[in-house]
Amino acid sequence: MAVPLRDRVAIVGIGQTEFGKGLPDTELSLACQAIKAALDDCAIPPGEVDGLASFTMELNREVDVARNVGLGDITFFTQVGYGGGAGCATVLQAAMAVATGQCRVAVAWRARKRAAKASRPWSQVPSRLADHWQWSRPFGLLRPVDEVAMLTRRYMHEYGATREHLANVAVAFRKHANRNPAATMHDKLLTREQYLEGRWISEPLCLYDNCLETDGALAVVLVPAERAVDLPQRPVYVHAGSQGLPRQHQTMINYFNDDPLAGPSWAAAGHLWRDADFGPADVKVAQIYDAFSPLVPLSLEGYGFCGRGEGGPFTDDGALEWPDGRLPTNTAGGGMSEAYVHGMNLVLEGTRQLRGTSTSQVAGADVGLVTSGEGVPTSALLLRN
Amino acid sequence: METGFVLPDLESEDSAEFWAGCARGELLVQACGRCGRWRFPPRPMCPHCQSTELEWVPVSGRARVWSFVVPHPPLLPAYAALAPYNVIVVALEEDERIRMVGNLVEAADGPINAIDPASIQVGEPVRVVFAPVEDVTLPRWVRT
Repeated sequence: MAVPLRDRVAIVGIGQTEFGKGLPDTELSLACQAIKAALDDCAIPPGEVDGLASFTMELNREVDVARNVGLGDITFFTQVGYGGGAGCATVLQAAMAVATGQCRVAVAWRARKRAAKASRPWSQVPSRLADHWQWSRPFGLLRPVDEVAMLTRRYMHEYGATREHLANVAVAFRKHANRNPAATMHDKLLTREQYLEGRWISEPLCLYDNCLETDGALAVVLVPAERAVDLPQRPVYVHAGSQGLPRQHQTMINYFNDDPLAGPSWAAAGHLWRDADFGPADVKVAQIYDAFSPLVPLSLEGYGFCGRGEGGPFTDDGALEWPDGRLPTNTAGGGMSEAYVHGMNLVLEGTRQLRGTSTSQVAGADVGLVTSGEGVPTSALLLRN
Repeated sequence: METGFVLPDLESEDSAEFWAGCARGELLVQACGRCGRWRFPPRPMCPHCQSTELEWVPVSGRARVWSFVVPHPPLLPAYAALAPYNVIVVALEEDERIRMVGNLVEAADGPINAIDPASIQVGEPVRVVFAPVEDVTLPRWVRT
C-alpha cells in the first residue's frame, strides 16, 4: 500500500552564494559553496551526505561536487529535466529517497552562471532544426519570452487579463526584493508607471515581465523527520509534492493541445492536493515560479487559488504583497527581482517562511506552497512547520 | 544563399512530408491511418488509438489568428534586423485544435515586418501562402 510522503522528511539546512552578474567563481565552486553553507546551517558533516538531486541542465556533475565537498558514498542520485520545471522535483525526489531509506542525508542543489550572454540557451540554436523547435523558431519565435508571450496574448483575449494585472505581479515582487538584502534588485524600486513604460521584449510582454539573469547557487539538505528535531534549525516538513506533465503537452510552445492555457500546474496540483491534509485556502504564503509574470496568474489558477480565468483579477488590491495581501507571494523577490536560479531560490524562501526568518515574514505562516516552472513539465511542494 | 534564419531540417523523419508538401504549395496535416484523427505536430503514433499507420491530408489553408506576438531585440541577428515583426499562431478552419506557428505577411514573398502589429486581431481570417527561404518553403499567412 502506498505511503504518502506526509511530513516524514524535513528540510533542515539551506545555503546560498551571493547573487550577481559575472561572479568570479566557477559554477562548480559556487555549487560547492552553496552545499557547504547548507550543511553548516544544519551542522551535518559533508561525509554523511549520501543522496544528491539536481537538474539535467546542471553543468556540475555529481562526481565533481562530491569530490570537492567531501561527501560520503552516494547511494542515491538523480537529475530532473525541463529546466525551471525541475526545482521542486529535485527536493521531492530527494525527499522520496530519504523517506524510502535509499539515502539518509540528501542534498538538492542548483548552480548557474546565467548572466553571461553566451549562456542563454536560445541564442545557441543550430541553424537546422530536426526537433520540435522546427515548428516555432523558423518563424522568429526564438526565445522563451516569445513562446510565453504567445500564450499570454491568448490568455488576455480569452479572459480579459491585462498588463495592469501583470504589473501587480512585477511591482509586488520588487517590493519584496527591496526588503531582502540578498536580492539583486534590493536597491532598485519599480513603480507601476515604470512598468507600463518598460521597453517591449515580446509584445504583450515588456522588460519587467521577465526574470533576471543571475549567477549564483543554492542548496537544501533533507533528513528523516525523526532526526530533524535534533538539529539546530526549525524543521520544515515536506508535506506533499508532485511533478506534473499534462497530457499532450509540448513545453512552452504548448499551442497544440485542446486547452493550452491549462498548463502543467493543473497536472501537478491534482496529485499535490490529493496527497495533502490541506487545501489552497490553508496556504498562508506562496512562492510561485516567475520566469515570466503571466506564469503567476496561470499558476494561481492551476493550483486552485482562484477559478479558471480569474488569475489576473486575483492579483488586484495588493493580493500578492506582504504583509496584508491575501496570498503574499515570492516574498524574497522571486525570479523577477531576487535572483533567477531556475526557481531554487523559491524553495529556500519557502523554507525561510516556515522557519520564521524571511525578510518579509508572513505572520503565522504554517503552510506554504512552492512551485516550479509553469509552461514546462513542472513540480510543486507543499511545506509545513 | 545563407539567410541567417533558423530553418527546419528537411530530412527529419516525422516531418519531411510536411515540408515537402509546402515546397509543392500544399499544406498537409498528418492523420491517423486507422481512426482518422488529425494531429500536429507530426509524430509516429496516434495518441487516440495508438496506431502507427498514418497518412497526410491536404487542407484548405484557411485559418484564423489564434494569438500573436511582436518580438523586439535581443534576437538572433537575422531576426533582429527585421524586428519588430509579427509571429502568429493560426487555428485551421477544418479543426481549430490544429494550430500552427507562422507569420502574417502582405504577400507570399513579403517580409514578416510589413503588417502594422496594431492592426492584427485575434480571430481574423487568414489563408496560407508559401515563402521560399534558402532550400526550405515556409508556410506564411495573408489576410483574406
